[in-house]
Amino acid sequence: MSPTLLQHALLLSLALFAIGVVGVLVRRNIITVFMCVELMLNAVNLAFIAFSRAWGNLDGQVLVFFVLTVAAAEAAVGLAIIISIHRHKDTLDVDAFNIMKW
Amino acid sequence: MAGHSQHEPDASHGTAPASAGHGGGHGGAHGHPPEAGLAGSPWLVLAIWMILAAAGGWLLRSFPDALPFTILLLPLLGFTVLAIFGDAIRDQGEGAGACWLACFTVLTSFALAVAAVYRVMQFPAGETGWRFAQPYLGFEWIEAGPFRVQMNLLIDNLSSVMILVVTGVGSLIHLYSVGYMSHEPDKVRYFSYLNLFTFFMLLLVLGGNMPLLFVGWEGVGLCSYLLIGFWFTKKSAADAGKKAFIVNRIGDAGLILGMILAFHHFGTLDLVDLVSNATAGTEEALWQFGPITAICLLLFVGACGKSAQIPLHVWLPDAMEGPTPVSALIHAATMVTAGVYMVARLAALYSLSPTAMTVVAVVGTATAVLGATIALVQTDIKKVLAYSTVSQLGYMFLACGVGAFGVGVFHLFTHAFFKALLFLGSGSVIHALGGEQDMRKMGGLWRRIPWTFATFAVGTLAIAGIPPLSGFKSKDEILAGAFSAGWKSLFVIGVIVALLTAFYMTRAVILTFLGSYRGDTETGSHIHESPWIMLGPLVILAIGSAAGGFIDIPHFVEPALRLGEAAHEGHHAGWLPILATAIAVTGIVLGYYLYLAFPEIPSRIYASARGAARVLENKYGFDALYDRIASRVIVGGSEEVLWRGVDVRLIDGAVNGTAALAAAVARSVRTVQVGLVRAYALVILGGAVAVLSYLLWTR
Repeated sequence: MSPTLLQHALLLSLALFAIGVVGVLVRRNIITVFMCVELMLNAVNLAFIAFSRAWGNLDGQVLVFFVLTVAAAEAAVGLAIIISIHRHKDTLDVDAFNIMKW
Repeated sequence: MAGHSQHEPDASHGTAPASAGHGGGHGGAHGHPPEAGLAGSPWLVLAIWMILAAAGGWLLRSFPDALPFTILLLPLLGFTVLAIFGDAIRDQGEGAGACWLACFTVLTSFALAVAAVYRVMQFPAGETGWRFAQPYLGFEWIEAGPFRVQMNLLIDNLSSVMILVVTGVGSLIHLYSVGYMSHEPDKVRYFSYLNLFTFFMLLLVLGGNMPLLFVGWEGVGLCSYLLIGFWFTKKSAADAGKKAFIVNRIGDAGLILGMILAFHHFGTLDLVDLVSNATAGTEEALWQFGPITAICLLLFVGACGKSAQIPLHVWLPDAMEGPTPVSALIHAATMVTAGVYMVARLAALYSLSPTAMTVVAVVGTATAVLGATIALVQTDIKKVLAYSTVSQLGYMFLACGVGAFGVGVFHLFTHAFFKALLFLGSGSVIHALGGEQDMRKMGGLWRRIPWTFATFAVGTLAIAGIPPLSGFKSKDEILAGAFSAGWKSLFVIGVIVALLTAFYMTRAVILTFLGSYRGDTETGSHIHESPWIMLGPLVILAIGSAAGGFIDIPHFVEPALRLGEAAHEGHHAGWLPILATAIAVTGIVLGYYLYLAFPEIPSRIYASARGAARVLENKYGFDALYDRIASRVIVGGSEEVLWRGVDVRLIDGAVNGTAALAAAVARSVRTVQVGLVRAYALVILGGAVAVLSYLLWTR
């Protein structure tokens, strides 16, 4: 893999991650926030694979499988929580879930 | 004797005196109603006891070394049986079995003590004439590095005298108690305490090392507490018990410190080795002088507590709240003399320290004066005797302090007889009057209770020092000891105290037995002589008080004191016995003159010397002073300084302050927690960016 390609891949990863972060911070729909989290995970996955490819080391790709697995599990738990709180509050607005405070 | 009804000092007894009309016989004479089936009880206990004694005697012949332990453990056995089977015994005939069991154990101990003393006296004497045995129970009690305490006893001339007094006088008082406490519902408790006391007292005088002595020392203190507060439902009795216990703890602190220091300097607490080590180093007395003085003084603090010397004498008069036989046994004949015993036991140690000897002599003399003067104004018959005991104990310490330790033990011995006699006699009077103790409400009793009067009179003459009774002999020797030791001032004070003693005892006899009866007629019509079980001990003690002085205790005890060089044989000044007799007669005549011939004079003296009388009635203000110390310094200090100051301000302040600090910090930072997940995410992002920037920056 050429250095340029690595650079491009990392720039893409950075862009995805930034979109994810901004999405988490600015979006109010909890499902969107959740998908933005997934986006950040995949941005990281992309960076792992790019480095793995650039340095000929498979560890990064192995790690990606772990991240995918955890992300799948997290998606299951996260969606379940979202359903549960939606039943409770009848809304998906993140800012409505603000009872955990002093 | 038939048809008497006995009254208790404790008015709470509910059993009606049911002994009317029974004729003679033993069962009735004990004061127990025969229909309750008690008559068989003592004989049953006696029979069981005889069998056990026969078996035990046979065993002891085979193992003579076990004899001292048997003496010691029999009263403990009695206590254990009474403690475990107390309820069963209580149900059987009002607990009469308890009386007899307790009496038999102590009587058997007495018999064994005689045998043990006889056996030890057969031993070949050392060069000083000191015969001793150190029976060993076969194991080490404490083994901690160099600190080793063997389970051993020590029988020699000194402890022989003590065990004979403890078991002998103790037996008589046990027997007396059977009559005196016949209407007490809780005899089992009383007699179990009495037996326990005897055990601890024997342990105290037989213990072969300081820790064992200390166990006995504390044990008798405990029993004293339990028995003073025997009628604990009466607040004054419970308070008196507490007072005795607390004052004794103060003394015991000194005793413990003294023991620690003694171990530190001599490397042992065995009584034999301790004295050997102490006297072996006399050549280097220069470096030992300080420590020995400190050890002696600290131990003397303990003796002051136990033997009621200034400034720890305040508990003994209050201890009269207990049953009268207890006063006779514990607070006159045995326990309170433990301090004298300990000082005599360590005589060789004390004689190395002139300072300590001076302190002992001066404190003893001061206490003798204090007790004798306060006794002048007491109106309670037992209080007179209590202050008299304080005073006589002072005499014993005076003897020890001037180096006449043997004479101190001699006075201990004679005092045990006549003071036990006087207490038991006063108990008989109180018994006759249904609990009345105020001498102002007595008088003219000699016709109604002649035996009590006769024995009490013998005791009075003995304590006053009329030759040839025992008190004369021992007191005379104390005064001779003080005189020949060069303590002229203490000698003069001792003579004055002798005068006061004769005077206040005469006063007590006159107020109680002579003149005319001043009590109410209701009580007066019930006055009765005590049963034989109470009079028997009185008569025996009267014989002892009269003849006890002929036993040459000082010479007998001398070798055990291990004073090294031949004890200075006080050249008996020929005029001294004459002076002592004259003083005693003067005191008695003065008492007769003031209280019988011209009874209006005392009140006139009283009126003209109001201030002095008030000082005496206030007991020199010791109680008030201690009360002030206790209430103002200790209670007040605890309240104001320790509670409101240290506890509330400092400790609670620190604890609450920590909590308040945490709360204040939390109050200011809790606004950060807004509950908006996106705000948290922003903070996390900021944090991550900051950390990453830092890492990149410093790379």
